[in-house]
Amino acid sequence: MQLFPCPFCGPREESEFHYGGEAGNLRPDGGDVTAERWAGYLHMRHNSKGPTREIWMHLTCGEFFAMTRDSVNHKVSGSSVLGETEHGA
Amino acid sequence: MTRHYSALSLFKEGVAGQTGWEKAWRSPEPKPRYDAIIIGGGGHGLATAYYLAKNHGVTNVALLEKGWIGGGNTGRNTTVVRSNYFYPESAAIYGLAHSLYKTLSKDLNYNVMFSARGILTLAHSEAGMETAARSVNAIQVNGIDCELFSVEDVRRVVPIYNFSPDARYPVYGGTWQPSGGTARHDAVAWGYARAASRLGVDIIQNCEITDFIIENGRCRGVVTSRGAIRAERTGMAVAGHSSVLAAKAGFRLPVNSYALQACVSEPVKPILDTVVISPDTGVYVSQSDKGELVIGGALDRIPSYGQRGNLPVLEGVIAGMLDMYPIFGQLKMMRQWAGIVDVVPDSSPIIGESPLPGLFLNCGWGTGGFKAIPAGGTLLAHLLATGTHHDISRPFDLDRFARGRLIDEAAGSGIAH
Repeated sequence: MQLFPCPFCGPREESEFHYGGEAGNLRPDGGDVTAERWAGYLHMRHNSKGPTREIWMHLTCGEFFAMTRDSVNHKVSGSSVLGETEHGA
Repeated sequence: MTRHYSALSLFKEGVAGQTGWEKAWRSPEPKPRYDAIIIGGGGHGLATAYYLAKNHGVTNVALLEKGWIGGGNTGRNTTVVRSNYFYPESAAIYGLAHSLYKTLSKDLNYNVMFSARGILTLAHSEAGMETAARSVNAIQVNGIDCELFSVEDVRRVVPIYNFSPDARYPVYGGTWQPSGGTARHDAVAWGYARAASRLGVDIIQNCEITDFIIENGRCRGVVTSRGAIRAERTGMAVAGHSSVLAAKAGFRLPVNSYALQACVSEPVKPILDTVVISPDTGVYVSQSDKGELVIGGALDRIPSYGQRGNLPVLEGVIAGMLDMYPIFGQLKMMRQWAGIVDVVPDSSPIIGESPLPGLFLNCGWGTGGFKAIPAGGTLLAHLLATGTHHDISRPFDLDRFARGRLIDEAAGSGIAH
């Protein structure tokens, strides 16, 4: 069982966490957003191989946070409270 | 040299000490230019190469594989073949694959050991039975063989299930596709490779794609670890690594990569002569021809390119299996592994031209790529040969995500992905 670091609760078992998507996928704003832009926001992903910055939820405390993780060897290099850029609107 | 596989050639080679067999496929040096390039030497890529040569007469083809033939997901699945899908578009694509699987051994002159042993998808509640009845209706309307099973039918087919009154997952019935079954996964890869090579396709292993050659906004070939190779049309069938190649070509895909685990037990005497899937426990099991129980489960919870899987999901799979079959409590597990699958939001494949003209996609099969190999190959070959869609592949074009015409098989296909 791998331990993930919740910035609020400390290291907890991976089964307490839920993946919330890539960090920085901002919701389009305004009324004249093209179908391609919406599809990009809703569906298209970088899905990077190697180091990635992701949004995770700690189900036990209910908080969202950002985590930097390697998608090949699963090593976690850190987690942080969400800033403006990762929050989106 | 003995090329054709038959009872007579087996006898002749037996007498001659097995010295006359020719290699199953050639390993030529890559040429600088081909009519078409296929990236990926798994089942879909190899099938694409074969059908390009056989159906379209395009034989000046390079198939490029980063590692070795069938070393990725083709060797990492649980060998199940079925076509019991909810939507007509899906029934068409998986039905095509299933019909080709039935005669594949004869077509390839290679025994892929397709075994129509039947597939049972269990229902564990009254609500589950109503969903099962709806699924059976839809599947039958799609022209696929399927029956609604009562609990007595399940007892007849799977007597080893835990039918006790206090079972955690009681059986209410299920859906039954009698023509579903399994095939030998390595044989599918090797059979397609051998047949494609004999039709003239160059199968080039240990050849990694490092970049695409893009001129005037079109894909004109690839740069590889063994030099540049040019072609006017390039197809990619690389499953979990589609996003990695898409990034090199300058676009994104609606794909998340996850590990999908499976495991096999020690071999035991014949005890299970069908494939049993339980959507509620997320577990499915069949018995291989060697006697091993082949056990698969849900996707891992964490996006991953690590081909090994994680422990919480494996624990869930084993726990679910033991609830369903207490008789397996003393079985020893022999091996566990994972493949990287490309999961898309509507759980349906992506087949069509990519945003980079000249580059064609076959990806997004998620947890169900093996059963679809003959269809994925037929359809990508059609795209590469003609530049246009086959009728069956048109609904699966990448543009469906911007157009909103999704084919949402997440629940209809009877599995979670």
